[in-house]
Amino acid sequence: MTQDKSFISKEQVLHVAALAKLNLSDQEVTKFTAQLSDILGYANELSELELKDVSPTAHPIELENVFRDDTVLKSIDNSKVIQNAPESLNSQFKVPPILDD
Amino acid sequence: MEMPANTVKNDIEDFLKDTGFEATIGLEVHCELKTATKLWCSCKNSFGNEPNTLVCPVCLGLPGSLPVLNKRAVEYAIRIGLALNCTVQNSIFHRKNYFYPDMPKDFQISQYDIPINADGYVTLPDGGSVGIVRAHIEEDTGKSTHFSASGRIHESSATLIDYNRAGIPLVEIVSAPDITSSEMAKAYVTELRNIIVATGATDGKMEEGSMRVDANVSVKRIQDSELGTRCEIKNLNSLRSLGKAINYEIKRQVDNILSGQKVVQQTRHFNEDLNQTVTLRTKEEAEDYRYFPEPDLVPLNPGAAWIEQIKAEMPPLLIERRRMVQDLMRETQEIDQLQSAIAILVDLNLDSVFKQTVGIGANPTIALKRLTNEAANAVEAARNLNPEQFAKLIQLETDNKISTTQSKTILSKMLENPDKTLDILISELNIVSFGEAETTALVEQLIKDKPDEFERFKQGDDKVTQFFIGQIMRLSKGQANGKLVTEILMKKRNQF
Repeated sequence: MTQDKSFISKEQVLHVAALAKLNLSDQEVTKFTAQLSDILGYANELSELELKDVSPTAHPIELENVFRDDTVLKSIDNSKVIQNAPESLNSQFKVPPILDD
Repeated sequence: MEMPANTVKNDIEDFLKDTGFEATIGLEVHCELKTATKLWCSCKNSFGNEPNTLVCPVCLGLPGSLPVLNKRAVEYAIRIGLALNCTVQNSIFHRKNYFYPDMPKDFQISQYDIPINADGYVTLPDGGSVGIVRAHIEEDTGKSTHFSASGRIHESSATLIDYNRAGIPLVEIVSAPDITSSEMAKAYVTELRNIIVATGATDGKMEEGSMRVDANVSVKRIQDSELGTRCEIKNLNSLRSLGKAINYEIKRQVDNILSGQKVVQQTRHFNEDLNQTVTLRTKEEAEDYRYFPEPDLVPLNPGAAWIEQIKAEMPPLLIERRRMVQDLMRETQEIDQLQSAIAILVDLNLDSVFKQTVGIGANPTIALKRLTNEAANAVEAARNLNPEQFAKLIQLETDNKISTTQSKTILSKMLENPDKTLDILISELNIVSFGEAETTALVEQLIKDKPDEFERFKQGDDKVTQFFIGQIMRLSKGQANGKLVTEILMKKRNQF
């Protein structure tokens, strides 16, 4: 059984699903646990390498300090902004009620 | 019903003393940077516009858009770090993941384990100190408005989102848990605000939301070494709310423990109407942000040369400006009593006109008093006072050529009429100089007219002084200098 070698538990999958506001069926939980475990296992192969002398990298490209000047450019038209919103009111995005602020 | 602030303060102090508890408080202060554009895109950074008019694919989080860091925002963040005595270091950006519609990308770009500024401190006016753990760069969220027929949040039928604020650059300043009371928290926020506003990086307007405070509060028995469980109170928008929320929270947590319950780690919201903090969410529910390095941004390594340049180009630090004023007042006897006036002078940005005025030779104590009292009502005009004309006015007052009242009258006209010279203002106001000679003449005249009263005065009846001052004020149409009248009367008493 793959579960024995799993790099992620069902509980962890359910926790991540809850954070992502996803309701998963039992079948999906099993399926995603296996898939996520495969991905983590693949990434885990890196740990087999000798990396003692390699310093941590924040970014794969050797670049730093990429900046933009602080100059205002035109924003987009409000009608276009709202165009893809499922619902809108008074030029604002309308979303289901949120209780906490 | 609201109790006077002092009563509340003493109440909570007494309450802690009686119960044997102490409070530990750390503050997170978010301040918006005064850049022209947002942090990751070229949309205008501006408050109070029509909803969703200052947005683009980047700050709307549309697929395929990429953030590019605003160089000015970095400069401003470094100014703040330097002003807070932080180490400015190489840093990277992280994604903070959470689902909330005010964050259109479903994550906020922030800094996590390696912030741009770390390990600083703020010295409080009373000499105390509060450590700064970090001051990092992050983006602001959009603004949500709860919409309902009844107007009540908990009955709201929808939430409306305006993304104009999304992506505005923020610096979040995290204090060490060095604060022990609501009074100290208020003193810290006030001083912090003054320090960072002086850098020119932010305007620190709590009422407009450009500066917002979250408070982490815990309590423990004095003899315990371990800190208690903390609660975070979100979005305190005024010093008043900050103080009230902290006091409420301290009492709530101690009461909780005394009644045998545990303090649950949670995020709370201060309800201004109820004067209470209420539960927003418990930690287990929400605080799993799965931070990871932002793959769309490269490391930020400012380097010593750029940091030095920013330091050289930034406005003088608040503490240096206060020291400059203190130096100009070195000779003054009353300097200790004038420290709070010096702080006000600098906070009002009137130290520059003060420096110029005193540089011409004006008496620093009188200039300080006029600027922090009378001129403080018209700060904008006061900053633009002509130092030469203002110095002349102070000189007249110093030399007793005009009274304090006359000086204040002239100053208020001077502030209204920046183009008029002192001489013109004096003649327009019909100000008559009642110097030593003029006043002495009036006093002598009065002694002649009122020999009985003067006799009583000579016998030691000091109450008659008021009578003489009143008479002379009448004769001079209110323009004489009461202090000078008293001095001359005393001199006359000794002469006769």
